[in-house]
Amino acid sequence: MAAEAECMAILELRGVTKRFGGLVAVDNVSFDVEPRQILSVIGPNGAGKSTLFKLITSFLQASDGSIVFKGKDITKLSAHMVARKGVVRTFQETTIFREMTTLQNVIVAHHLRSKASLFGFFFGSPTARKDESRFRESSIEILEYLGLSNVQNEVARNLPHGYLRGLGIAIAMAAEPEILLLDEPFAGMNPEETNAAVEMVRGIRDRGVTVLLVEHDMRAVMRISDYIIVLNFGRKIAEGSAAEIQNNEQVIEAYLGREEDELMME
Amino acid sequence: MSLDQFKNPKIAVTVIALFVYLVGVPTVLVGYPYLLGIITTASVLSFIAAGVWLTFYIGRINIGQGAFALFGGYVTAILIMRLDVSFWLAMPIAGIASGAIAILIGLPILRLRGVYFAMITLSLTETARLSAQSFSSITNGASGIIKIPLPQSVELFGITIIPSFANTNKHVAMFFLGAFLLVTGYACLYRIINSRLGRLFRSLQQSEELASSIGINVPMLRIIAFAISGLYGGIGGAFFVASQQSIYPATFQIQDSIYFMLYCFLGGLGYVFGPLVGTFVLFLSFEFLHGLNEYQPFLYAIIMISFMIWLPNGLLSVRLPRFDFQKRFGGGS
Repeated sequence: MAAEAECMAILELRGVTKRFGGLVAVDNVSFDVEPRQILSVIGPNGAGKSTLFKLITSFLQASDGSIVFKGKDITKLSAHMVARKGVVRTFQETTIFREMTTLQNVIVAHHLRSKASLFGFFFGSPTARKDESRFRESSIEILEYLGLSNVQNEVARNLPHGYLRGLGIAIAMAAEPEILLLDEPFAGMNPEETNAAVEMVRGIRDRGVTVLLVEHDMRAVMRISDYIIVLNFGRKIAEGSAAEIQNNEQVIEAYLGREEDELMME
Repeated sequence: MSLDQFKNPKIAVTVIALFVYLVGVPTVLVGYPYLLGIITTASVLSFIAAGVWLTFYIGRINIGQGAFALFGGYVTAILIMRLDVSFWLAMPIAGIASGAIAILIGLPILRLRGVYFAMITLSLTETARLSAQSFSSITNGASGIIKIPLPQSVELFGITIIPSFANTNKHVAMFFLGAFLLVTGYACLYRIINSRLGRLFRSLQQSEELASSIGINVPMLRIIAFAISGLYGGIGGAFFVASQQSIYPATFQIQDSIYFMLYCFLGGLGYVFGPLVGTFVLFLSFEFLHGLNEYQPFLYAIIMISFMIWLPNGLLSVRLPRFDFQKRFGGGS
């Protein structure tokens, strides 16, 4: 089983470490992500989850270790090159293109799929025009899929809060990710909204995208995850299925103590 | 349907404006070289300001355009005087050289944002002035390069395409050169902003982080925008070498760089034609308020502050509510 997982891995982390001066935010973390898996990274505040995400997407450079995507080392690539390879993240805060409409937000994010050169766009070449209409169609399709069609012509800064996270995911989806990293996709949602979001994330996985998520909502994590990595003080302290994590002594002791009741209800 | 209705008045306004500008202005002002000269200067200043506006468009405050104009001016003057190059060749070379310098300077400084980038660009203008003064073996130092000949004629297969400026009405010829720069400069800018390149620039302005997360090469786009800005500055600088027939280290100073920025602010950072409107309004009022002497800067300051308070999005934003109104009703029906 272990050997099989290793050769199938789409993303491999080997001894990934990030030091900020004397502080070790991520300490020698290794794990594999299999294709079309939903993998969650959990841990108490300050465990290094968000830092780990930034390392994978090259928004931060690792101090040590390597990150391998589909057999290629992407550790030292710049952020936009990692995105081009197919590793795309969303943002925890509501980072969107505020002054564009919802639709324009998603159209811009099709940037990577463009076939025409910048000069082609300047002169309005046929390829560029074809690209434009293709992007538009695909954007409308993505918005429909994520239930955002009704706000597609709204300027993003005027959108109700509930739509912003969806728009963030729509932008990421437009970049055609092979791995999508979601930073706290369920934060601040009521149970109903969470249910809908969980279904949405599953839907994205069913479209063939591998999903990595950082999340605090334990119910949602336990429900949605195929595999869970637990971090504490930057170190990986456990990994396994939801059931394994729930029964892991170390995890309960180190981290889940206060949320134990909630966990057991699941 | 609603889009077509929307477009027609726009085209009509553009055609009328171009007609008034290209035919009306020279016809009426042919006997008033001073006034024609002011319009010409405003045209080319607005051309230079267009470059500054583009750097604003990617979210950078650029107070260094004077440096690129000065550099372009010196390149032109030196090419004409030392290497006997025709002005018509020297001008594009100056533009490209300024663009290239913008790339070199932009590589390190475009990482900076906000006030830090603004401060660096502000010092660029002073650096350019001091360099022009110090490298006197090439630039002739503080005494400048003078007695630069007017642009020569251009002939192709025996047909005169551009007459020699010395043998025609110099003021009218300069006006048309300035008008050519303004029209092509703004047409290119309009095209850039309304093509996908413009949308990518806009994405940088709004969130560089998000832009790079979806694979946009943020550093490269910043460099492209800054290089285009430098190109506009260099070509504009070349024009003033031709019209003033001289260049000094003080031809473009920090004050000029600040004005270029103000033109953009005044016209509106959200509109392609913002710097155009801003330059004409500010520069012309500046010229016509000349009589007020010492009170002029005072009045000027009051105008600027009023704008910041009541029209923070620039002159062109006055039209915005009506635009929205039409759009909403056009789209709704």
